[in-house]
Amino acid sequence: MSDTNNKDKTTRRDFISTVTATVGVVGVGAAVMPIVSQMNPDASVKALASIEVDISKVKEGQEITVLWRGKPVFIKRRSKEEIEKAQKVSLKDLKDPEEDKARVKNPEWLVVLGVCTHLGCVPIGGKGDFDGWFCPCHGSHYDTSGRIRLGPAPTNLEVPKYEFVGTDKIKIG
Amino acid sequence: MKNFLKFIFIFSFIFIFSTTSSIQAKESNVSLLKPNWTFNGFFGKFDRAQLQRGYQVYKEVCASCHSMSLLSYRNLAEPGGPEFSEAEVKALAAQYEIQDGPNADGEMFTRKGLPSDRFKSPYPNELASRAANGGAYPPDMSVLVKARPGEADYIYSVLMGYEEKVPANIKLEDGVYYNKYMSGNKIRMAKPLNSGGVEYADGTKATEEQMAKDVVSFLTWAAEPHLEARKKLGFKSVIYLLILTILVYLLKKKIWSRIESKV
Amino acid sequence: MSEYTSKPEEKFEPVHTNKVGGSPYKGVVGWIDNRLPIIRMFRHEYLDFQVPKSLSYFWSFGGILTICLLLLILTGISLGMHYKPDAKYAFESVEKIMRDVNFGWLIRYAHMNLASFFFIAVYLHIFRGLYYGSYKEPRQLMWIIGIVIFFLMMATAFLGYTLPWGQMSYWGATVITNLFSAIPLFGESIVTWLWGDYSVGDAALNRFYVLHWLIAFLIVGVVVFHVIALHIVGSNNPSGIEPKDTRDTVTFAPYTTSKDLVGMLVFLLIFVAVMMYAPNYLGHPDNYIPANPMVTPAHIVPEWYFLPFYAILRSIPDKLMGVVAMVSSIAVLGLLPWLDFSKVRSSVFRPIWKQCVFLFVLNFFVLMYIGGAPAEGIYLLIGRIATAFWFAFFFILAPLVSLVEKPLPMPQSIHEFEDWKKQGKIKVFQFFGK
Repeated sequence: MSDTNNKDKTTRRDFISTVTATVGVVGVGAAVMPIVSQMNPDASVKALASIEVDISKVKEGQEITVLWRGKPVFIKRRSKEEIEKAQKVSLKDLKDPEEDKARVKNPEWLVVLGVCTHLGCVPIGGKGDFDGWFCPCHGSHYDTSGRIRLGPAPTNLEVPKYEFVGTDKIKIG
Repeated sequence: MKNFLKFIFIFSFIFIFSTTSSIQAKESNVSLLKPNWTFNGFFGKFDRAQLQRGYQVYKEVCASCHSMSLLSYRNLAEPGGPEFSEAEVKALAAQYEIQDGPNADGEMFTRKGLPSDRFKSPYPNELASRAANGGAYPPDMSVLVKARPGEADYIYSVLMGYEEKVPANIKLEDGVYYNKYMSGNKIRMAKPLNSGGVEYADGTKATEEQMAKDVVSFLTWAAEPHLEARKKLGFKSVIYLLILTILVYLLKKKIWSRIESKV
Repeated sequence: MSEYTSKPEEKFEPVHTNKVGGSPYKGVVGWIDNRLPIIRMFRHEYLDFQVPKSLSYFWSFGGILTICLLLLILTGISLGMHYKPDAKYAFESVEKIMRDVNFGWLIRYAHMNLASFFFIAVYLHIFRGLYYGSYKEPRQLMWIIGIVIFFLMMATAFLGYTLPWGQMSYWGATVITNLFSAIPLFGESIVTWLWGDYSVGDAALNRFYVLHWLIAFLIVGVVVFHVIALHIVGSNNPSGIEPKDTRDTVTFAPYTTSKDLVGMLVFLLIFVAVMMYAPNYLGHPDNYIPANPMVTPAHIVPEWYFLPFYAILRSIPDKLMGVVAMVSSIAVLGLLPWLDFSKVRSSVFRPIWKQCVFLFVLNFFVLMYIGGAPAEGIYLLIGRIATAFWFAFFFILAPLVSLVEKPLPMPQSIHEFEDWKKQGKIKVFQFFGK
């Protein structure tokens, strides 16, 4: 009698232990989640995750730089020559092949992150051998579509997520 | 078990009693008005329409003197609050001229408000506020409800506590009014809410009582924007812990039954 | 001429600095355990450890305090990632945590209420010690280490309360740091040194933040010593009789661990209920008003757990003696093992001392109420009587009762104690009657 009783007791206890342990672990997980989550960007940071930029005053050939998520973004209103130059480049001349039309929504406006893809310096506009940007840190040259043409940078200047809001504004992010 | 419950009961009673001397509002001997707030109780919630009306009262009546500098316009669209739409909040924020800068010339400039901006304050700092209000400082309302003993009931009582008949033993200086519920019974603010003072966008009749209830609900949300989430999570957590405690208690009993039988 | 000739008969003691070995485990676990014996240590101290089987739920508070400390540290570190210890930004940064940080409101309310519950648990833990004579031989040092922890807890709590930089934070800091000016000769310069300024301000806030972190982790260290001491002297138990054989004990795991877990969960349940439904009940509304050096609140009160000692401080008219009284009211606990020299540990068998302990607890609550009331009139009078009783408990009642009290007939062992309980011969915990 004692043997079967003990066995029953053990399996019942094992069942309760397993259920309790599972319920307990769920609770510990739920309690740890906020501790981990609080390190993610908070609401005030997320509110600045996208910005609207007024582009009504940017003239042809002009470029403005805005700060978005702590990084500079170049918004360039390209001239007809710059657009033509960008579209005429053959893909085999590019280290990171990309068509100009894949990098713009409206060919008149180029929106790129002003962060060199080599080691993160801010390239200077209107300089360099390809009429685009030149990064003074290690000599990367970008063309009128922000693509890397010469120098150590591995990829083209990044195009952030953006959209036109009416004709006057661009919303970045 | 009986002893244990007896102990918890007596201990809690003595504990709560001994701590009340510092917690209660000692100065007001009058008991406060206690309306039925929608956010009271274990399952309290805010009424969205009420919060929107309350915001309207704050904006049209209170905001000319009282800042709410810890809130941002985007809070008005966040869940758990008045829940204006994103578009409404964008339009609302754009009504205000917010200082920004410096620009490329090194100068400060003003621009249209964005949802990410803080609520614009009526005065640039406390001193300017005092100078414009005869030396008195209309307090910032961001956490005002939590900063007064009696919380929402207190603010509501003060708003409804202006009385024409001043008791004989109270002398009022210039620019000071009598208030039945204000701690000290004297207040520098003139009666702010008068019937019909605001024309509600949703057509509700703007009686004094309605406006007071609406604005106090709004102020309570402003002080505790996560109240609904807290009470909801509270309910889930208490139920969960109750279940887990019972399970662990049963487990403990099972474990101890091993030796109890041996004795 | 060689000076280093060793004489042939000289013998040198063999030395073995290599102590590797002795582990009951095999494989990787055994390899680690042989070189760093923490695994068998853990098993010996936390699994197979012999513990009196008569422990009641009053013994769960040690585990509860450990959980509280762990949670306070986790929530504290999370808060620290967002808090700004600058007088201009502190209040605002706390509100940012409450509003914008993911679950910031939960973490802040948890940290704030855990501090209060930490003190509820420690007062119940100390009560257990008083009632059951846990401070007596051989546990005197453990008791004293516990008092050190209590002082460190009060320092950490005081410093933490200043951080939100509300009215109570500011003025509480001013009043309490000003107490040091009571020290003769150097008082004023000590206060200026503490403040780093001529009043409480940004300089003080910054260092209070650092000290809050530091002392919190010091508590962890002293707790380690407290638990090591416990493992040397062993747990007390409601009978006050030391275990003699295995009929008196159970292994720590799973018996005492499962019982402790129940205690912890009940405690957590009450804590979560308070934190979620009345998070500001134990606080003071004035601390939601940003600190203003020009306006003092009508009644400056510390947090509820300091109220009894605040009452003692205010009951002495002399500033220095008030401070001395307040500090010694806690330090005197350390003398209890020698002031109460009765050979019987547990109040279960000490009918007079049991009533004295209950009166002491009642007095503690009276002092708590007085601490929150204005220091005048009838409140001051009652506070003075209560302060007198506090010290009388230690210096008069303890030795007197040890001298004259006739203890009740005691069982010979713990397992006999358990039998007596089952037979209804003794009631362990009673409020009224014997």
